[in-house]
Amino acid sequence: MVQPLGYLKETASQTAGPYVHIGCTPNFTGIHGVYEADLGSGSMINDQTRGERITIRGHVYDGAGTALKDALIEIWQADADGLYNSPSEIRGKADPNFFGWARCPGDMATGEFVFETIKPGRVPFRDGRLMAPHVNFWIVARGINIGLNTRMYFSDEEAANAEDPILSRIEHRVRVPTLIGKRDGDTVTFDIHLQGENETIFFDV
Amino acid sequence: MKNMPPETTPFFARDRDMHPPAYTPWYKTTVLRSPQRALISLEGTISEITGPVFGHNIINEFDNDLLANYAKPGEGPIGERILVHGRVLDERGIGVGGTLVEFWQANAGGRYRHKKETYLAPLDPNFGGFGRTITDENGFYWFKTVRPGAYPWPNGVNDWRPAHIHFSIFGHGFAQRLITQMYFEGDPMIWKCPIVKTIPDEEAIKQLIAPLDMNATIPHDMRAYKFDIVLRGRRSTLFENRMEGN
Repeated sequence: MVQPLGYLKETASQTAGPYVHIGCTPNFTGIHGVYEADLGSGSMINDQTRGERITIRGHVYDGAGTALKDALIEIWQADADGLYNSPSEIRGKADPNFFGWARCPGDMATGEFVFETIKPGRVPFRDGRLMAPHVNFWIVARGINIGLNTRMYFSDEEAANAEDPILSRIEHRVRVPTLIGKRDGDTVTFDIHLQGENETIFFDV
Repeated sequence: MKNMPPETTPFFARDRDMHPPAYTPWYKTTVLRSPQRALISLEGTISEITGPVFGHNIINEFDNDLLANYAKPGEGPIGERILVHGRVLDERGIGVGGTLVEFWQANAGGRYRHKKETYLAPLDPNFGGFGRTITDENGFYWFKTVRPGAYPWPNGVNDWRPAHIHFSIFGHGFAQRLITQMYFEGDPMIWKCPIVKTIPDEEAIKQLIAPLDMNATIPHDMRAYKFDIVLRGRRSTLFENRMEGN
């Protein structure tokens, strides 16, 4: 006999279902008057926010190539100097004008998600090497049993991407482009493929 | 949370045997929405360890009272009045204070207030069906609502969802992010549900079933159900491993 370890077990995930908007973005589904605004909606920046303005746009596609119209996407990113606005960030004080987190439901007609944000700075990996600029994504929807974690890197950061400790460990190099948002001017396009030839890399974080 | 320094260590590895796999063909929508390739393991970096803080100032007075937050003055929703209460803990058994908890549900007849909902049960003009709260420093939360109804859904020809409340939980790190559903003690529909049955572990399913809690029941007003939620724990700050690569 040994002592029990005594850890609790994490509560199991269940799908967000088709009506996740009711709870997370009620104004988006036409229920007004309870919350002033949907949490995490609107632009992530104000006039004082430091950094390069970008717009992230994309769709989430299923295995038949159809865009999901009921997905909810959340992002979490560092500020322009690579600092997160979080109590667990101990390297310095992040830009007070940048919260770093946002939530966007895919458009009910097209499925498109849009984030008005800034390009994040570089954040160190655990051994001190710098990771390339990236935005952390979390995707839930009907038919997704447990939220999917991925990252978006930037196509205009070839040198940083080449030395990124996460990207460089991916065995199947042909899959790396699934993590790269395509930059064109101020717009970065990041499509997420749940299945198929271009299935996005998802992480067990 | 009070008197505790912010934690900066990685989370315990997620025990995926307790969670549903992505591909569960008896829940048909997963067939085309499930990644087929293995997840790539990414032990916690600063990007996953950190997370935003939601202040209590985002919460309005009636956000955790679904009996009141959509009702016309002097009116209220139809249905069994219940109090749902519990604690958000991590796997170490430590209360997770400051956790944003959002919840949504069907009304007593099993109808959601959503643009795309088509079930023939009527909307309740006094029920919005959603709310939110932030846990106190010890991780406790509560809200008032009506018990939701079961409803049919297009999967099998005669599939019904058991009565349930959806929960979205935002702990201290982005890697703790979780969405789940709470079920009610004694409901025979639970064990027939294809979505419940996506979870491979019976104990993990039982952990989603809230027991009737007569001690928290408010006499002559509402019965209570207790629902504790466990988020991933963090490694100890005392014995942090040497950074890899050094």
